[in-house]
Amino acid sequence: MYVAVKGGEKAIDQAHSWLDETRRGDTSIPELSVAQIRQQMGLAVDRVMAEGSLYDPELAALALKQASGDAIEAIFLLRAYRTTLPRFLASVPMETNTMAIRRRISATYKDLPGGQVLGPTYDYTHRLLDFTLLANGERGSPSHSSPHSSSPSTQASDETVEDCPRVLDFLNSEGLIESPLANSGRTQSDGSAESAAPADLTRQPLDYPAGRDLRLQALARGDEGFLLALAYSTQRGYGRNHPFAGEIRQGEVAVEIAPEELGFSVIVGDIQVSECDMINQFIGTETEAPRFTRGYGLAFGNSERKALAMALVDRALRARELGEDVVSPAQDEEFVLAHCDNLDSSGFVSHLKLPHYVDFQSELVLLRRLRKEFEERKSGRQGPKVNTTSKPGNQDEPSTDNEQRREVKQA
Amino acid sequence: MTSAALYHKPDSQIENQIENQSDGQNDSQSNSTGYNFAYLDEQTKRMIRRCLLKAVAVPGYQVPFGGREMPLPYGWGTGGMQVTATIIGQDDVLKVIDQGADDTTNAVSIRRFFARTAGVATTESTREASVIQTRHRIPETPLSHGQILVYQVPIPDPLRFIEPRETETRKMHALQEYGVMHVKLYEDIARFGHIATTYAYPVKVNGHYVMDPSPIPKFDNPKMHGNPALQLFGAGREKRIYAIPPFTRVESLDFEDHPFEIQGWDQTCEFCGSDHSFLDEVVTDDEGGRIFICSDTDYCNQRFANGARQEAV
Repeated sequence: MYVAVKGGEKAIDQAHSWLDETRRGDTSIPELSVAQIRQQMGLAVDRVMAEGSLYDPELAALALKQASGDAIEAIFLLRAYRTTLPRFLASVPMETNTMAIRRRISATYKDLPGGQVLGPTYDYTHRLLDFTLLANGERGSPSHSSPHSSSPSTQASDETVEDCPRVLDFLNSEGLIESPLANSGRTQSDGSAESAAPADLTRQPLDYPAGRDLRLQALARGDEGFLLALAYSTQRGYGRNHPFAGEIRQGEVAVEIAPEELGFSVIVGDIQVSECDMINQFIGTETEAPRFTRGYGLAFGNSERKALAMALVDRALRARELGEDVVSPAQDEEFVLAHCDNLDSSGFVSHLKLPHYVDFQSELVLLRRLRKEFEERKSGRQGPKVNTTSKPGNQDEPSTDNEQRREVKQA
Repeated sequence: MTSAALYHKPDSQIENQIENQSDGQNDSQSNSTGYNFAYLDEQTKRMIRRCLLKAVAVPGYQVPFGGREMPLPYGWGTGGMQVTATIIGQDDVLKVIDQGADDTTNAVSIRRFFARTAGVATTESTREASVIQTRHRIPETPLSHGQILVYQVPIPDPLRFIEPRETETRKMHALQEYGVMHVKLYEDIARFGHIATTYAYPVKVNGHYVMDPSPIPKFDNPKMHGNPALQLFGAGREKRIYAIPPFTRVESLDFEDHPFEIQGWDQTCEFCGSDHSFLDEVVTDDEGGRIFICSDTDYCNQRFANGARQEAV
């Protein structure tokens, strides 16, 4: 006699212990420490912090370790932890002007106050596998003097970068670009208490049309791959907005809070961020002189690709406010905001792994019935006729089984 | 189809029903997890309770709520879990089913989650449960007054597959602009001779909102009508909550000449011999062998224990 499948509970336990074993891998290889991940897999840690929207390199590294290096799984772990944390207050708006610069480049001016600082970037590396690393060799460590004895010291060291005024501020002072708060919605209309507190989509459900603060929050948490693809699509003509990378900067910024009972702000720590100011297609009307527009991107850590993509998508999403036609996916707020979160998308896509016996059975019952009726009709009709003459009589029924099946599926 | 006498309960009674569920938990930092009782913090529960009250007050209306990120993936029942976490109290007895069964992996996982974070009693018996969280089924055993059925909902808006934009569908609901839905059902009939929607079959609640009953088979739709239990729906990823208060009118959309009908089977359950419950098909070999068993495991076990099999044979 048939015995129904049981034991989900046991199976889950076994799966978990097998998973632990698999995650650890070969035990003859030393275990990876969280500190090692934090130090040596920094870009992965940064991505997890950015999309996990929690600045905690240690926990992000832990999440990566626990997730066997799967970024989305690690982001999930961090988010699920974040959601349980109490929210004391919002910080004072961060002054990225005062950033302790590690890297700062502008694609619009050859030289500028503060200069171009390349910083630790992969940009100009030749993507050749470095087999010294494979052989466990340390390369270019300070103690090993390389053949180029004059090789520059890589450490930022004492030679601090001078103050770096923002590139877009030069343009702004000339009136060549819109002011940073232009059309942000916060300078206009309801200048009530609401304008003081930025929206937070982790506390309130997203509502459309979303203000720019909400959009930027969604993008900052959004999936890097998704934003990258959307940003790329704008460059290829789907909502083109003629971007110039006005400035990309990376470094440490102080986070300040101003508790009510203190009446002044205090620094609670430094965080590393990547910021991108994009200079975009100018606009002008009969009453307003033409000027450039802006797109903005900001992400935790060294997440330059993300910041760039975010700036492009931010600008694309401003289409409506700037009076442009919304014709491309990247300009479509509902499309972008509803689909940019990788926990939303990975969760819902992966839920297809859950049992759907009941729904599938429902479809089977209907499909069998439809096919039975189809066969009956066919055999009833075909009696005297030859196959070829059945065409006109067939108008009201699906032409082939395949088509029928497909349509049922769609329905 | 049952046509239970419908009457409207005063809201306060339902309010009590919801509030009572949460009594006696506030001071509890239960169990060993280090998290609050039933995981969610009390502020969040309060926010969700307010949304639940609104949902009960406006049957079938999708109330936006500040859905939290749960430690389980979106799409795996986070909406239902937030509703359950919000209404459950220490004295509740929880049953969790997926596909009608208590022993499917995700049901096991969610039941364990609450056993761990809330320390509540769990059961597989529909009758004993005070809160039942479900995915894709309504239990075959009729529910009774005082029970709460919590549905996990993937896509809360029945219009979503016709009009993907939230901004549009909200307007359509507000204006009761449901013509497109009937057109869709009509097109099915024109094409196949039948309405080709077999699950998540749209219903009209209390004569106003068209509602997605979550992907339950249409077989279960009639059970929603006039049900004495409170039915709550949670969509975590989409951040929506909606409800059917007890004894509410719930009609499946149809046409006069194509009345709503539920699916049936030529076979009976291999275990209990039931000829009136929803059956799952099990493939027994690769030569077309099939048997059918109740999808509701508790119902099937009960019948089996009561010797229904012998009776049927």
